[in-house]
Amino acid sequence: MENAGLFTIIVSAILVNNFVLSRFLGICPFLGMSKKVETAAGMGMAVIFVITMAGIITWFANKYLLVPFQMEYMQIVMYILIIAALVQFVEVVLKKILPTLYSALGIFLPLITTNCAVLGVALLNDQYNFGLLKTIVHSAAVAVGFTLAIVLFASIREKLEANDIPKAFQGFPIALIIASLLSFAFLGFTGMV
Amino acid sequence: MIEFKELVMPIVSMGGLGIAFGGLLAFASQKFEVKNDPRADEINAVLPAANCGGCGYPGCMNYAIAVVDGEEVNKCTVGGPKVAEQVAAIMGVDAVDAGDRKVARVHCNGGVNAVDEYDYQGILSCRAMNLVSGGPKACKNGCLGCGDCQDVCQFGAIKLENGVAEIIAENCTGCQACVKACPKQIITMIPAGQNTVVDCMNNEIGAHVKRNCTVACIACRRCEKACRFDAIHVINNVAVIDYSKCTDCMECWEVCPTGCITANHELKVVAEVIEENCIGCTICAKNCPTECISGELKQVHKVDQTECIGCRICYEKCPKDAIALIPKASPEKLKETA
Repeated sequence: MENAGLFTIIVSAILVNNFVLSRFLGICPFLGMSKKVETAAGMGMAVIFVITMAGIITWFANKYLLVPFQMEYMQIVMYILIIAALVQFVEVVLKKILPTLYSALGIFLPLITTNCAVLGVALLNDQYNFGLLKTIVHSAAVAVGFTLAIVLFASIREKLEANDIPKAFQGFPIALIIASLLSFAFLGFTGMV
Repeated sequence: MIEFKELVMPIVSMGGLGIAFGGLLAFASQKFEVKNDPRADEINAVLPAANCGGCGYPGCMNYAIAVVDGEEVNKCTVGGPKVAEQVAAIMGVDAVDAGDRKVARVHCNGGVNAVDEYDYQGILSCRAMNLVSGGPKACKNGCLGCGDCQDVCQFGAIKLENGVAEIIAENCTGCQACVKACPKQIITMIPAGQNTVVDCMNNEIGAHVKRNCTVACIACRRCEKACRFDAIHVINNVAVIDYSKCTDCMECWEVCPTGCITANHELKVVAEVIEENCIGCTICAKNCPTECISGELKQVHKVDQTECIGCRICYEKCPKDAIALIPKASPEKLKETA
């Protein structure tokens, strides 16, 4: 991964190792925010912003704080602190600039704080030994992969609304089945990179 | 030997990051401050702060914001008309009547009257009990008596008596927390003044129903036949009252062989004509379901109080307020089962 080209990184992050459907990270907003394509897309945008920013800042934190002072063991604690503060900041700004998106995201924006996908990207960037450029590209691509998955899922769920589903499967059961089928579909990309 | 730097650096760096982010957030919250509508804060202050969700919003503040955005002022069931008035005053509108107050009702008289199928030993909660083949009671639609509803009630409106939960109607605010908590789903909302209620939800039929519980509805349909107002029907093997049609005349209570219908017979009334108000319009006589009101046109009417069932229809129809409702002095018929 370290020597992979940018294109490979993008394809890998979006399709082959899709965070939701292949690595099973960030399932909570994936299920919670996918009732409407609109809110799903909004959530996707928020995640793209947060993950890219988190990727960049954690890269700097890693390079100029953790490594020089040999305290890599503090990695997870520090990353969580950074992500939490960042999400809080995004929330305050969104409330002012895009109140509609803010109310549409509701409780899920604060939940990005504890979203394992965000922390996952930060840790993976370090594992792959990415430079700054590759970190940015990888982070953004992962978030785009998340957005792709959630928007696909939301559009299927919107269609489901109009269907006659057996009572036992209505709501989350059928959503989980759809999620697993989507995951199967993405399994087809395995081995491409 | 731990080096001094190794010990101090994590503290300094984490602390420094914390302070830096704290400063950033403090700056952002001022720079990007969104001013709430001050009315929302005022409304939030007069709301009961129960955060019960009875209004349909997740909390009192969310409801206050919704009111500012044009939601009705009378949605708070806990505060009732009093709070509705205060909220209306803040919003500068008239408080609309919140409609008929509704209270919760546990539709079960089982408890000690219901037979146990097995001896339950485990967590004392209705939910846990319900997981073990629907609880120890032989009747699978009865109150388990562990008080899950009592635990969620914030207003002390539920008491446990004789093994069944009972709602104290005066304390009930209509927040429906108990309705959601009951694993048997035998709590429903009924109009606050409703006196005659079917306290059974058992939808089985057959001889074992009576064996399982002495006060169960056996779907005999006697109440259905006795009702003159088409207000009680046996649906899915259990009697159900349509409260919009029920006049609280208690005739169903009188014919019920098992006593699964509950009514306070002391509230039974009969009609009486106030002679100085009566103009002899015959409207009451025409509307009386038992034809117990007699009188010629333009003559003072008379009510045959032995025939009057206390349905209040004449009282509501009389244009001159010439009908009074008086308590039925001595109920000739007191039920043995009651």
